[in-house]
Amino acid sequence: MAKVAKQAKEGKTTKTTKRRKTVAIDVYKAWCKGCGICVAFCPKGVLAQDEEGHAYAKNLEACIACMQCELRCPDFAITVITEDRLNAGKGGSAHG
Amino acid sequence: MPEYTRLIHNYLRHDKKFPHVWCPGCGNGILLGSLIRAIDKTGLSKDDIVLVSGIGCSGRLPVYVDFNTLHTTHGRALTYATGVKLAKPSLNVITIMGDGDSMAIGGNHFIHAARRNIDITAIILNNSIYGMTGGQYSPTTPYGMRASTAVYNSIEQAFKISELAVTAGAVFVGRQTVYNAKLLDNLIEKAILKKGFSVVEVVTHCHVQYGRQNKLGSAVDMLKWQRDNSIPVEKAAKMSPEELKDKIITGILVDKDLPVYEEEYEKVRERAKGLA
Ligand SMILES: Cc1ncc(C[n+]2csc(CCOP(=O)(O)OP(=O)(O)O)c2C)c(N)n1
Ligand code: SF4
Repeated sequence: MAKVAKQAKEGKTTKTTKRRKTVAIDVYKAWCKGCGICVAFCPKGVLAQDEEGHAYAKNLEACIACMQCELRCPDFAITVITEDRLNAGKGGSAHG
Repeated sequence: MPEYTRLIHNYLRHDKKFPHVWCPGCGNGILLGSLIRAIDKTGLSKDDIVLVSGIGCSGRLPVYVDFNTLHTTHGRALTYATGVKLAKPSLNVITIMGDGDSMAIGGNHFIHAARRNIDITAIILNNSIYGMTGGQYSPTTPYGMRASTAVYNSIEQAFKISELAVTAGAVFVGRQTVYNAKLLDNLIEKAILKKGFSVVEVVTHCHVQYGRQNKLGSAVDMLKWQRDNSIPVEKAAKMSPEELKDKIITGILVDKDLPVYEEEYEKVRERAKGLA
């Protein structure tokens, strides 16, 4: 805790905030059935459904990368792409 | 940072037809994710796992994953699983059953597998209905709820799967909702690593059959109901039966140790050979 506070004081971004930067949210439309679970349980109201019912990031800036949408998607169709994932060379959609 | 989706894709059989067969929003898909994450955390290899199912919407689950899998007959998952476990005790055997599958036609197999304490993890998807065949009532359909075979509402009392498992002698019993997927991951991981007969009752929703007939709304509405009606077992211990009516008691109900069937069986073989 003390370390985090010190880093914050020095103006350094803590590991957590850096890790949590969301670059994009990928929805694999071929698998998304439009059930709306990700939209309903996103704590920040990031997601919405398009005319066909597919999820998309309407308000990407608000994403806190909590991964609740990935966790509950019954169809494994949504991937939150964060900066750390990209840095680790694991960026992009889980569907390649 | 968890990498849920990517991790799951490593375990899927991509030559199967996707998206999977379940209705949009069905809890079976959420459980599939939980199961994969839990197995991944145990560190067991894909070849160490045998996933055995019966018949039902739930029975389709092993088809989609790259483990040793058996899609057997309705109610008999535990019998096939018992055979596998005794033939090759080093394998980690997991059954996936529906509430009809495990409690109605397979009810006897269930209580006796528990009593025997064979080292199998029994995961039961409890959606309170026969999903696949058109919403007939099951042994877990609550009293007063409607089903296609109970159009004037069910007049029977429902089995409480976890409590039944405890009474039947299972050494590990836990209950969790698909809403609380993270807690479900942890529970399944513990059950898989536990030696002996372990039961995970997964409270899930069939919004299409059960939900529609009982006007319970969408998958989202039924997930919210799970969220709002779950009570951790520690908290439930301090509450009255009236307060707990229609609530979902979640967590680990029992975790104990008893002699394991396949080990005892091995001792019998030794004795019969005059070696012990
Ligand atoms: C021996 C036998 N009896 C009956 C059936 C018909 N049947 C198929 S699935 C099923 C019940 C499905 O309900 P459940 O086990 O709760 O699974 P769910 O579909 O809800 O996942 C029944 C009765 C069958 N396939 N085999
Ligand atoms: S009928 Fe019910 S249990 Fe079967 S896939 Fe549809 S929602 Fe799931």
